[in-house]
Amino acid sequence: METTPGNTAVRVRGLRKAYGSHTAVDGVDLDVRTGEIFALLGPNGAGKTTATEILEGQRGRDAGEVAVLGEDPARAGAAWRARIGIVLQESKDFAELTVAEIVRHFALYYPAPRDPDEVIDAVGLADKAGSRTTQLSGGQRRRLDVALGILGDPELLFLDEPTTGFDPEVRRRFWDLIAGLRADGTTILLTTHYLDEAEHLADRVGVLAAGRLVDVDTPARLGGRHLAPATVRWTEAGAPQEIATDAPTAEIAALSARFGGEVPGLSVYRPSLEDVYLTLIGEAR
Amino acid sequence: MTATPATAPAPAADSKPRTPRPRQRTAAYAAPSVLRIGRARAALELRQFFRDRRQVFFTFSMPIVMFLLLASIFRETYKDVGVTTQQIYVTGMLATGILSTCFQGLALQIGGERQNGTLKRLRATPMPPASYFLGKIALVVVSSLGQAAVLLGLGAAFFGLDLPTAPGHWVTFVWVYLLGATACTLLGIGASNLIRGENGGPIVLLPIMVLQFISGVFVVFAELPKGMQTVSALFPLKWMCQGMRSVFLPDAYATMEPAGTWEHGRIALVLTAWVIIGFVVCTKWFRWKGRDEG
Repeated sequence: METTPGNTAVRVRGLRKAYGSHTAVDGVDLDVRTGEIFALLGPNGAGKTTATEILEGQRGRDAGEVAVLGEDPARAGAAWRARIGIVLQESKDFAELTVAEIVRHFALYYPAPRDPDEVIDAVGLADKAGSRTTQLSGGQRRRLDVALGILGDPELLFLDEPTTGFDPEVRRRFWDLIAGLRADGTTILLTTHYLDEAEHLADRVGVLAAGRLVDVDTPARLGGRHLAPATVRWTEAGAPQEIATDAPTAEIAALSARFGGEVPGLSVYRPSLEDVYLTLIGEAR
Repeated sequence: MTATPATAPAPAADSKPRTPRPRQRTAAYAAPSVLRIGRARAALELRQFFRDRRQVFFTFSMPIVMFLLLASIFRETYKDVGVTTQQIYVTGMLATGILSTCFQGLALQIGGERQNGTLKRLRATPMPPASYFLGKIALVVVSSLGQAAVLLGLGAAFFGLDLPTAPGHWVTFVWVYLLGATACTLLGIGASNLIRGENGGPIVLLPIMVLQFISGVFVVFAELPKGMQTVSALFPLKWMCQGMRSVFLPDAYATMEPAGTWEHGRIALVLTAWVIIGFVVCTKWFRWKGRDEG
C-alpha cells in the first residue's frame, strides 16, 4: 500500500480523469501538508470539483496515484471515512427534519464525534436548532453542511465552495470558524471562486486551469507576485503618468522632491492575487 | 455568538506543518454497528415520512380511493362460489398496495435522494450501507402494513369481507406478504437507478399500470383474456393477488383460478424467483452516485 510521510495529508501524482473525449483532470501532482489550509482555485470547468471528489472517494479516476491520509480513496473503507469530513456543493436533502435532529443523527455514524450541540453553536445555528431545513436561508443551509462536515472531528476537511451565497458578514464569521479549525490542527482542502477568501484563509494556493495545476505557492508568492514590479502613478501637467519599478519608495521620494512636497494623484499599485490568477489562467488557455 | 476564537490566520508565508491536536480515537477502529445505525435510520425515515403530511395522505388514500371507486362501479356476485366483486377488489388492492409502496414508492424516493444529494452525503460518512437499506425496509413495512390494515378494516366493515379465523390463512398472508414485499422492495431499490431528474415518475408508473390491468387488480382475473393471464404470470403482481385471494376468499373460489386451485407452491416459487432477481439487480447495479457523476 502507498505510504505517506506523516506530514503529508494528501499526495497526488499524475492524476487523470476524462469524461468521454473531455479530459477534466489532466496529470495533476499535488501535496497537501498536514495542518495547512490549501485552496484550489480555478474557473468553472477547470476540474476543481472532479479532482476534489476523487480525493474524497466520491468519484473514480482513470490514472494516477492518490493517497489521502495514507489510503487510496477509491478503496478506503468506513475507518477512513471516519477520519475525513466532506462539505459537498449545495444539497437539498432532509427537508422534513430540524437542524438538531440531523446533526444528532449524523453524530451516530462516527466513532468519536464532536458534541452535536457544540457543533451547531460553532456554526452559528444555535437559535435555528429547532427549525426545519426548509426554513433556513441559503447561508444557514450551507452552515448546516459545514456542521455535518466537521461533526466527526475530522483530521482532513474538504470544503467545496463553502461560502457561495453568503453575505459578507456571514462569510467573515465562517472564515473565523475555519481558521479556528486549523488552529485545532485540522488539515483543510478548500475550493473556492473567491480570491479574497483564498488570500485570507489559505497557507498555499494551487491554480487549476483546463485540468492542469499551473502553479502552487503561498498567496503572496503565487505567479511570482512578490517579484513583480510595483506601478507608481501620479498626475503631471494634467496627464496621468506611471512608471514600473522595483524600488517604489525611492521613486516616490524623487517625485516628492521634484514636486516640493505633495505628489498629485499619487498611488502605488502592486499586482493583486486576482491579477496573477487571471494571468495564470489566461496563459493556460 | 460562535464558540470559535476569532484567531487571525497565520501569515501566509508561514506554512510549516502544524501539530495536529490529538484526537480521541481508539487505536482499533470500531465500525458502527449495522443494526444500531439501522435502527436510527429507521426512526429517521419514519419521522420524515409522517412529517410529510401530503405523502402520508396519498400513501394511505390512494388504494382506498381506488378500491371505493372499483367497488362502487362493479357490483356483481358470483353465485356458485358465493363471492362479490367487492371482496375480490379488496384482495387486489392489498397486493397492489404492496407493489406501489415497496416498488414505486422506494424507486421514486431513492431516485430523489440520489438527485438531491442525500446519498452522496451519506456515502461521505462511515455509515454502513446496509443500515440505509434497513431504514428503507422499516419504512415500507410500516406503510404497507398500515395500508393493509386500513383496507381490511374497510372491507370487513362495509363490503362483506370475512377476515379469516383459521391460523393457516394468516400464515399464508404472512408469507405472501413477506415474499411479495421483499421482491418489490429489492426491485424498487434497483429501479431507482432509472429515475433521472425531477420527472422520473412515468418510467416506473407505466409498467405498474400495465401490470395492474393484466394481473387482475382492476378487472377480475378470471375474466381477462387468456393471453394477458399468461403474460401476467411472468410477473409478481399476479401471484401476490392470487395469494391474497387464497387468504380472504372462500376456498370454493379456487375453481375460478386458471389452474382450478390456489397454486400456493407456484406462488412461492415465482415470488422467490423475483426476490432473487431483485437481489441480483440491487447488488450489481445499485449506484450511490448519479449517472453523470462517474
